[in-house]
Amino acid sequence: MVKTLLAQVKEYKKDSFLTPVFMILEVIFETLIPLLMASIIDDGVMKGDMHHIYVVGGVMVLMAVGGLWTGAMGGKYGARASTGFAKNLRKAMYENIQTYSFSNIDKYSTSGLVTRLTTDVTNLQNSYQMVLRMCMRSPMSLICAMAMAFYVNAKVATVYLVAVILLGAFLFFLVRRTMGYFKAVFEKYDDLNESVQEHVSAIRVVKAYSRENFEQKKFRKASENVYKMFVKAESLIVLNSPVMMFTVYGCILLISWLGANMIVGGSMKVGDLSSLLAYCMNILMSLMMLSMVFVMITMSIASGERVAEVINEKPDITNPQDPIEEVADGSISFEHVDFSYKKESKDPVLKDINLEIHSGETIGILGGTGSAKSSLVNLISRLYDVTAGSVKVGGVDVRQYDVEALRNQVSVVLQNNVLFSGTILDNLRWGDADATEEECRHACELACADEFINRMPEGYHTYIEQGGSNVSGGQKQRLCIARALMKKPKILILDDSTSAVDTATDAKIRRAFAEEIPGTTKLIIAQRISSIQQCDRIIVMEDGRVDGFGTHEELLENNAIYQEVYESQMAGNGDFDEPGKE
Amino acid sequence: MADMQNQTNGPSGRQGEQPPKGPMGGPGRKMAGRPKPKIEDPIGKMKRLLKYIGKEYKVHCVIVLICIVVSVLANVQGTMFTQSLIDDYIIPLTKAEHADFGPLLAKILQVAAFYGVGVITTYVYNRIMVNVTQGTLRNLRVEMFEKMETLPIKYFDTNAHGDIMSTYTNDIDTLRQMISQSIPQAINCGITIVSVFVCMVVLSIPLTILTLAMIGITIFVTKKIAGLSGSYFLSQQRDLAKVNGQIEEMMNGQKVVKVFCHEQESIEAFNEMNEELFESANNANTFANILMPINAQLGNISYVLCAIVGGILALKGFGSFTLGKLVSFLTFNKSFSQPINQISQQINAIVMALAGADRIFRLLDQEPEVDEGYVELVNVREEQGKLTECEEQTGTWAWKHFHKEDGTTTYRKLQGDVVFDDVDFGYNDDKIILHDIEIYAKPGQKIAFVGATGAGKTTITNLINRFYDIQDGKIRFDGININKIHKKDLRRSLGIVLQDTHLFTGTVMENIRYGKLDATDEQVIEAAKLANAHSFIKRLPDGYQTMLTGDGANLSQGQRQLLAIARAAVANPPALILDEATSSIDTRTEKLVQEGMDRLMHGRTTFVIAHRLSTVRNSDCIMVLEQGRIIERGTHDELLEKKGKYYQLYTGKTA
Repeated sequence: MVKTLLAQVKEYKKDSFLTPVFMILEVIFETLIPLLMASIIDDGVMKGDMHHIYVVGGVMVLMAVGGLWTGAMGGKYGARASTGFAKNLRKAMYENIQTYSFSNIDKYSTSGLVTRLTTDVTNLQNSYQMVLRMCMRSPMSLICAMAMAFYVNAKVATVYLVAVILLGAFLFFLVRRTMGYFKAVFEKYDDLNESVQEHVSAIRVVKAYSRENFEQKKFRKASENVYKMFVKAESLIVLNSPVMMFTVYGCILLISWLGANMIVGGSMKVGDLSSLLAYCMNILMSLMMLSMVFVMITMSIASGERVAEVINEKPDITNPQDPIEEVADGSISFEHVDFSYKKESKDPVLKDINLEIHSGETIGILGGTGSAKSSLVNLISRLYDVTAGSVKVGGVDVRQYDVEALRNQVSVVLQNNVLFSGTILDNLRWGDADATEEECRHACELACADEFINRMPEGYHTYIEQGGSNVSGGQKQRLCIARALMKKPKILILDDSTSAVDTATDAKIRRAFAEEIPGTTKLIIAQRISSIQQCDRIIVMEDGRVDGFGTHEELLENNAIYQEVYESQMAGNGDFDEPGKE
Repeated sequence: MADMQNQTNGPSGRQGEQPPKGPMGGPGRKMAGRPKPKIEDPIGKMKRLLKYIGKEYKVHCVIVLICIVVSVLANVQGTMFTQSLIDDYIIPLTKAEHADFGPLLAKILQVAAFYGVGVITTYVYNRIMVNVTQGTLRNLRVEMFEKMETLPIKYFDTNAHGDIMSTYTNDIDTLRQMISQSIPQAINCGITIVSVFVCMVVLSIPLTILTLAMIGITIFVTKKIAGLSGSYFLSQQRDLAKVNGQIEEMMNGQKVVKVFCHEQESIEAFNEMNEELFESANNANTFANILMPINAQLGNISYVLCAIVGGILALKGFGSFTLGKLVSFLTFNKSFSQPINQISQQINAIVMALAGADRIFRLLDQEPEVDEGYVELVNVREEQGKLTECEEQTGTWAWKHFHKEDGTTTYRKLQGDVVFDDVDFGYNDDKIILHDIEIYAKPGQKIAFVGATGAGKTTITNLINRFYDIQDGKIRFDGININKIHKKDLRRSLGIVLQDTHLFTGTVMENIRYGKLDATDEQVIEAAKLANAHSFIKRLPDGYQTMLTGDGANLSQGQRQLLAIARAAVANPPALILDEATSSIDTRTEKLVQEGMDRLMHGRTTFVIAHRLSTVRNSDCIMVLEQGRIIERGTHDELLEKKGKYYQLYTGKTA
């Protein structure tokens, strides 16, 4: 995980290297200052040597300036290194996600990917900066201050050594103990917030059943629980400051006593005592800081793992060697195709599919949910790879084509389709970047989208909001069809793409297809029999198998499922109006 | 040393939330440079927040305050001791013939005792603050939730769910930071500054002036840099939002990107934004990072200046300034600039938390759903046509109607007779979307609404249970104006199965029981059987005890719907609102759902937003809606006869 992440430092290696260097320099400057301070007191003030005070004072000011400069440089490089690191992480993830196949995408939820690209990266950025700036600085500061303390007076400095060991042990214990606690607490806390989320979205149910009081009681209990857990966890952590203070105070008093004795005994100078006291803070603070770095690193491990997972994910589908660039025609054949989403799955989604579809045919596909209609068509443009057998387009196995060339010829309108923010024209040009406005208009006419686009005040330049939230479901579907048509594909697949379009328009679109793009092979998945009964042939899917394949009349004659669906829809169990809401 | 009393302690925050505050040039929060969110009347907000905390924790707060004062004083007396150490003890001792360490030992023990008190009070106030912080947050959460439950549906329509959630998470989190750390630290720093200032003045006035001058410079520089980095932080925020937007949109449409081979374009667009974000983040962080060493070194320079000037003063023997005094003054000098730096960093945290508090209070200040209804639903016993109210469950319900004019109480049996009398409705007064709605539903009748999306079908059903209040006209339930009925009782008498099924985290049993909290297991199973849900529930790994999570994500759409039907069935209401699901569920489950719905509808007044022909055909009356008006009404046959809109919808042909 660490290796994957650090590989993304790339061009910021120099910054990452310079940050700790400058931090160490800053520490050296900072450590020297109390030493000079002692010199001012002992050699200057005590001996009445004003000249010495000026000289050493001047040196000290220079040191402070040096400290400022190195500190500032450390800050600058630290910022650059960490934000650059974050940038590269985002870039690496984003670029890798673009190579994902559908099955890779299925593995992650959308919101999961978004979190990884945003929150997790921010966590890593903060930790990285912390590590660069503090990981060297704190131990260095600790060592320097300790060394100076020993240099000034080894005997007295032993007090610090003991204090550091004791405090270090305590902090280590405390941090480890509390981390466990907090992990549990935050899990509960997340649960609590999740239940709020659940309520916000289900508020109508709560209100419809008048369950406000019931929910309030439940929530109060859960909150009380979270409260107790937080208090328990935090009461451990508040030991931190008093223990820290106890150590510092203890050190001060011990050193005062030992120092007084030694000064009286003549083995130590007055100035030494004050610099020893000054190192006290440096030493214990660096220790404290180290424990913080430790905490931060531990906490960002989870983020790191999530990010690394995305970067390391290998795409399932890659281009073959010497790919074929040309798709000859729109014929499709399935030969003994088995397919399952998970390779190890024993029960395949598609079982032994054999189909022969001629170029230019219009094929309807019918079947219940879970009968694997979508899985079937997704194999054609190689959105997934077959588990066994072979899918051929234009007489060639889809795995031999250049993926882009294949997908440009096999245009799919997905079931859950998405429009992107941008004008209608921008969206249409996803299909063909160089299309003229005229071509776009033509595609929209075929998809019966022109009528509503023309009614919009800005027509084809109307801005579509993110996710297409400013167009209705039916309009969205028609725009998506138009976008797919822009590719001028040899095969067009509509995966339940007119479900929100009313019956009349649906018929009009199908008519336009038949007249305008007769050479294109069209596969239409639909719930409504009326949407497909005019097709050349109809595939009836049931439980991952082809149950029937023939014309409407043939199927009505000899296919039980088709008959049943036909009966129920025509005899009053079908969709009645425009089932528009998506 | 004052700064250590409130050191950030351990992992009390989540990732990255609480980097420690460094003593000198350390890696404090990047707060210093963050742009201040503008809020109105921060002092008023602060007052309200403190008052809120004080409401339950007044005594706690007083104890905390006392403890902070004591611990600061203990710390200051320690610093005072270092002064007397050299001047009053060590120097005389070195001069004495026979060194007597007795007085020094006594003094050290005395200081130790005070230190001990300081350590204890520090622990005490930190420990109490845990309760105060977490308790206040708990109270806020509970109050927010309880308030939220009373808010009208309109609130949820007009506020993005994400925004509501962020009040519970982000805003509460910033408050935790502020109550547990910023406030005590600010108090601590304030007291430290005052006491250290007094000590400095006592020791040497000229050196105090010098220190103050240096502090002035520090504040000036801080302000300048914070201002600069503030603008960079603003652009970082903007770029971050842009990148997040792009990520969110593209991740959502990732499959479409693949289908259209748009990967390269997508990467290019992203890289451009990512680069911009890097630029602004880099600048913003650089300035925030630089601020720390600058402040720290200015503190050091101040220290040096004091040493030189103090040295001169001590050597020239100005006043009674001595070497020992110089040593302790220098300690004070350090103790003085540190809390000031800390406070300046806390200010941003406080302002951010106040913005969060503002949003929390705004939620708490929302007007709850008004319920001026007084007609109640009670259990009655029916004897010889007379209704008498009773405590026990009889299965017979009646509306208890108290008449103010003559002080009598009448009972009317709950039947499910619903009338819309010339109803107009709009979400806002200025935009009426339902016009002149007239509906008469006799008990047990089935009324179907059909029409295009957006015609107002769902809206009508939302009026019956008063999710929204109508602008004009009257809706009567069993002859009583629904405005007079206690909302709870009204909603209790109406079952509802929504199109989007919402389930709660809990067992299947609990989810069904949601319809009637005191239903026995047998009743629940009975309802499940009626809804056709029993057979699939039995096949679940733990049957009725199977845990559902994430809105029932582990169930299929059809199964979720069956549970929603069972939930309505167990409530056994006289009237029903059904929104038939349109989403494609497989034929078999659909049949089950259909059967369940039919059984549920049996004998109840039902309003159904229909999508299936069979439902529509079996209805007693069909309302065809178009643009908020009922344009046709009648039975299936009558409407077909008419060859109007219904005919068109039904046949897909224009007449």
